[in-house]
Formats: sequence, structure tokens, C-alpha cells
Amino acid sequence: MTLVTAKDLKKTYEVGDIPVDAIRGANFTIQSASFVSFVGPSGSGKSTLLNMIGCLDPPSGGTLTVIGQDVSKLSKKESAKFRGTHIGFIFQDFNLIPVLTVSENIEYPLQMVQSWPAEERKKRVDKMLTAVGMQDQGHKYPRQISGGQKQRVAIARALVTQAKLVLADEPTANLDRDTAMRIIILMKKMRDEFGTTFVFSTHDPKIVGNAETVFNVEDGIVFESKAEGERDA
Amino acid sequence: MLKIIKIAARNLRRYKRRTLLTSSLVTLGVVSVLLFVSVAGSFKNMMIGQITDSMLGHIQIHQKGYLASIDSLPLNRNLKEMQALKIEEVLAANPAIEAFSPRIKLGAMFSNYTETTNIRLNAVIPEQEIATMPLLIKRIAEGKKEGLLNKGEIVIPDLIAKGMKVKIGDGIVLVATNKDGSVNGQSFTVRSIIEGVTGPGGRDGYIHLDDARTLLRMEDKEISEIAIRLKDLHGLNKAFAGLKAELEPIRNKMDRPVFEVHTWEKLTPFFNIAKMIDLMTLFIKIMLVAIVLVSIMNVMVMAVYERINEIGTIAAMGTGPGKILLLFLTEGLLLGILGTALGVIISLVSIAALKAAKISFDFGQQQGLILNPTLNPSDIISIALIVIFIAVLGSLQPAWKAAKMDPITALRHV
Ligand SMILES: Nc1ncnc2c1ncn2[C@@H]1O[C@H](COP(=O)(O)OP(=O)(O)OP(=O)(O)O)[C@@H](O)[C@H]1O
Ligand SMILES: [Mg+2]
Repeated sequence: MTLVTAKDLKKTYEVGDIPVDAIRGANFTIQSASFVSFVGPSGSGKSTLLNMIGCLDPPSGGTLTVIGQDVSKLSKKESAKFRGTHIGFIFQDFNLIPVLTVSENIEYPLQMVQSWPAEERKKRVDKMLTAVGMQDQGHKYPRQISGGQKQRVAIARALVTQAKLVLADEPTANLDRDTAMRIIILMKKMRDEFGTTFVFSTHDPKIVGNAETVFNVEDGIVFESKAEGERDA
Repeated sequence: MLKIIKIAARNLRRYKRRTLLTSSLVTLGVVSVLLFVSVAGSFKNMMIGQITDSMLGHIQIHQKGYLASIDSLPLNRNLKEMQALKIEEVLAANPAIEAFSPRIKLGAMFSNYTETTNIRLNAVIPEQEIATMPLLIKRIAEGKKEGLLNKGEIVIPDLIAKGMKVKIGDGIVLVATNKDGSVNGQSFTVRSIIEGVTGPGGRDGYIHLDDARTLLRMEDKEISEIAIRLKDLHGLNKAFAGLKAELEPIRNKMDRPVFEVHTWEKLTPFFNIAKMIDLMTLFIKIMLVAIVLVSIMNVMVMAVYERINEIGTIAAMGTGPGKILLLFLTEGLLLGILGTALGVIISLVSIAALKAAKISFDFGQQQGLILNPTLNPSDIISIALIVIFIAVLGSLQPAWKAAKMDPITALRHV
């Protein structure tokens, strides 16, 4: 099943009066339960693509369908609701809420975005804590755990609502090599366990090797490349 | 909602020093307003109480035109017997009125057989005067207080007692000119000496109404005025309007109004001082509002600015603008509540301390009045509500800005 379809997708930013073409007619599809990476140098347009897929930024041209929804037709409010229901986010800087404990961070989308009853929230949070191997750390605050652990919590938070699609913009850029690798492996394991589609961006070839589908992004153009074998993984 | 309060409270705790600083500004504002309200309010109430409860009463009724020439105590503008009876009939039927006292006001010569001076007198029916002026008896400094006076007795102001070297029990003579110009004298015994107070009527002596009538050789049972005490001073305007409506339309043969009705506010210049105190209270409240508004707004603008990334994160995750708005409004609300609660506690403690210290002050001629600051719960509640409302209002603009933030811009912010 196809989860994301982009046809002649374009994004132009206005910097002052000068238009900057960040994405210049991209065509690609992302299958359900796949493990996808966008790779490319800095400024190539990876973040722009992920933001559009994540309904954070509307496209300037072409069509983009995400989970059966033409995202260019969504209002601001509708796209917030759409994100809250269908999409999970993992950030480069982890972006945990500092005043909430690990458990509360994972619980946040269930309580403040969706409205789950308390007992089900607790069950679900415990399940996610265990899934990312943080079962003993629930009571800690983000400042009390390491970067790798923070990203585990972020993964749990992105998955807790059973989102169909998780978007991760450079999820490993702030982690050391080993930790980065473990995070990618954890994401893949989560995909296997929950059937969630993971889309992440990176410019690290080592990390890319784990992706099943790789899109190369260069100067706003997207090409699909076979992952394994082609790169020096 | 509970979660929102929790997050807001934890964010306040996260920036402890700033929270304390802002809430102590709010506290300071609340304390100064509450202290001012209570001290100025008690001063004002005491002042009004002295004036209304020992001299003027709450409302007075005269013959039309009396007040315009009150300084000369005009005997030709007295209320005629029929007019006085009409008024008393109206007053007796009015449930808002606790008591009333008919008086003749007159000027006379006061002689101790060696010297003579001028004196202003209130001639009263003692029982009615006491019921209408509950603080009058308390002003008696020397001599028998109970019952105020009997026929043939005079209560003299302390200034005359001193100036004329008159003591209790001494015999004196009053000489007065009646409205026809004939002069008459009558002897009295000094019954007691009364403390003077500031304001019109504050240095008057007292004699019995019947004595005034014989002294002035009145054939008719005239009076100069009727002073009225209400059961509840809060009902002043209503009672005043009622009496006015009932008495002022009454016309004489020449189709002129017969009576004039005035509240104490019209009868003493101290009403303007009371008004000034109210005005100052208002200004201080406006300053409080400004302090709270500026300090809360300032701290909330900072709070939003520091948390742009967090706002971007929760917005990206699908938190609606309404919830983000609420998060910051709640933070402002909690700050306001914290500052106000501290302020109220400190104020109550300080007022209790002021009371315990028994600070005394002088009001005109009266010395050693004890300051009795009080706060009614309605003042505390209204000021607390104003401050808390302003705290929320001050957070509105920053919270609105946070709610409207575009998630990508916010996330990109460093
Ligand atoms: N909000 C914006 N306003 C103007 N130009 C933008 C904006 N966002 C991105 N761009 C431009 O679009 C192009 C693509 O940017 P994008 O952030 O998508 O690159 P990227 O591949 O994610 O880079 P990096 O690896 O550094 O994160 C760049 O030229 C960038 O300058
Ligand atoms: Mg990027």
C-alpha cells in the first residue's frame, strides 16, 4: 500500500523578493511499513521535503498525498489535527519537554493532543517505555538522561499514538556513531514491531545503509537509488 | 486542564528567581493598595462617623432657604409648628429612619456675671438628640453624661468653659434676641463640658428645646431643623431620594417649595476630603493595575521567547493553538494568584500589627483618636480579582503570539 505520493512536488521560499526554489519537481512514493531515508548534502532540501510530508509546510506546486489526504488542501487547523492523528515526529535535538518526566513526555500526545482515558494512557506509556528499553527511567526528567536515551524517549513519543508515519529529520546528527547506529536499529525494530512507516533524513552514509529505500536529494531534485550495495555501507 | 496547570506550575518553578521576582512585585502592589485602602478607609469612616454621629446626622430638613443663611442662624426661617408636624409624620412612617431630632439653633450672649461672650446653641429634646447622635454623649469631657441635660441646664463647649473660667455647677445667664428684636435673659446651671470637634456645629453648646422657646419667647412651637439618623448609612441615597420626593413637592400659598432636604455630604466641607480619599484610592488602584500588567506582560514575553522551540515541538505534534494559548494564560494566572495570595497574607498581618500598635492621630480639635484599620472581605476579594484578571490580561498578548506561531519557524529558532 502506498502511504505517500509526490507528483511534480515544488517548494519555493521567498527570501525578501527573491524566490528560492528549495524543491524543484519531485516525484516519489513511499510504501506502508517501509524504512525510508532522504540523503543529501546540506541545503539540498531534505528538511523541506520532510516538512511538507509532515504537513508542517504546504507545497508551492504539484500534488502531495499523505495517507490518502491531499495535504495542500488542509487549513492550518486541519493540518494540526492531521499531524496529531497520523504523524509522529522525531527531532535532531530530541525536543523533549524539559518540565515533564520521561513518562509524561511519552504521555503528552495521548493527553494533550488526543484525549485518551488515564488507565489506557498508562498502559500504553508503559508498553512504549519497555519497547524502547527505558522501562526503569520513566520518572526521570530529560536533563537526567543521555542523548541516546532522550532519542529513545522521542521515538516512544512519536509512536505512542500508533501513528502510521514517523518523520525524523536528522535524528542522529547530535549523537555519536555507536549511539546513532543503535537509534537507527531501534527505529527499524519499532517498524517491525508496530508496522509504522519511518522516514528519516541524514547525510551520514553509515546510517543510510540501514534504509531499505533511499532517495538522494540534490539541489531540490529527488532520485531513488537502491540502498544496499550501491553505497559503501 | 489539570495537566495544563501542572505544566504551567512546573514552568514557573523552572525559572524560580524570575517567578519570585515578578510575584513579589505583584505582592508589593497588592500590599500597598490594601494597606492604603484600609488605613485611608478607616480614617475616612472615623471622620464621617464623628461628623454624622455627633453633629449633623445623616440627613437634615429645613425650611427652604435656611441653609443659604445658616451662618446667621436665622430665626425667621424656622419651620412652623404645622410644618414640623408634617415632617415628623412623614419621618415616623419611614422604616429606613432610626431616629430624628428637632432642634432650634440660636445665637446668644453668654454671661458668667463678670464677663460676656457669644455662644451658638443647639436647643434639643435630650432623648431624641441622644438617639439621633450616638457619639454626642461620648464628647462630654466633664460632668454627668447620662441623659445629656435637663431643663434649666446647659452643656457648654470646652473653649467657652476655659475662656470664661466656668466650672460645672456654676450659674450663668443667656441673653438672646428673638426674631421680633426683643431681648430676654434666662439663667442656667452648667451641667457638663463638651469637647469641640472640627466642622460646622462642632463648637455649639446645648440647652433644652423648651428653654429655648421661653428664652426666645416663641408663641408657636417652631424649630430650626430636624436631624435624621438612618438605620443603615448605605441606604443614604435611597432614603434621601425618598424624603426629597415626599417633602420637596409641598408648596406654600405662593407656590414656593416649603422644605429643603440635605444629606450630610452637603452640610460639611469634610465630604470633599472623603471624596479626595476615594480619588486617591482610585489612583493607587490604577497604579497597581499598571504594575501588574507591565510586570506580568514582561515576564510572559520572556517566557514565550525562551520557549519558542518547545512551542514549535508541541505545535508540530498537533497541540492546538487554543491549548498553547491556555498554557501561557494559566502561567500568568498562577503568577497572579501567587503574588495576590502573598500580598493578601502580608496585608492582613500588617494590618493586625498596625492595630496592635494602636497608632493614634489627631483630627482637627480631637486628639488621640486610635487608628483602626480594617479591611472588609469585599475589598480584599475585589482587589484580588482585579489583580488576577490583569495578570491574565497581561499574558494574553504573549500567549496569543505563542499560539499563532508557525511550527517550522519556531522549530528552526535557535
Ligand atoms: N524558511 C525558509 N526560507 C527561505 N529559504 C529556505 C527556508 N527553508 C529552507 N530554505 C532554503 O531551501 C533550501 C533547502 O533547505 P533545507 O533546509 O531543506 O536543506 P537540508 O537538506 O535540510 O539541509 P541540512 O542538511 O543543512 O539540514 C536551502 O537553500 C535553504 O536555504
Ligand atoms: Mg535539514
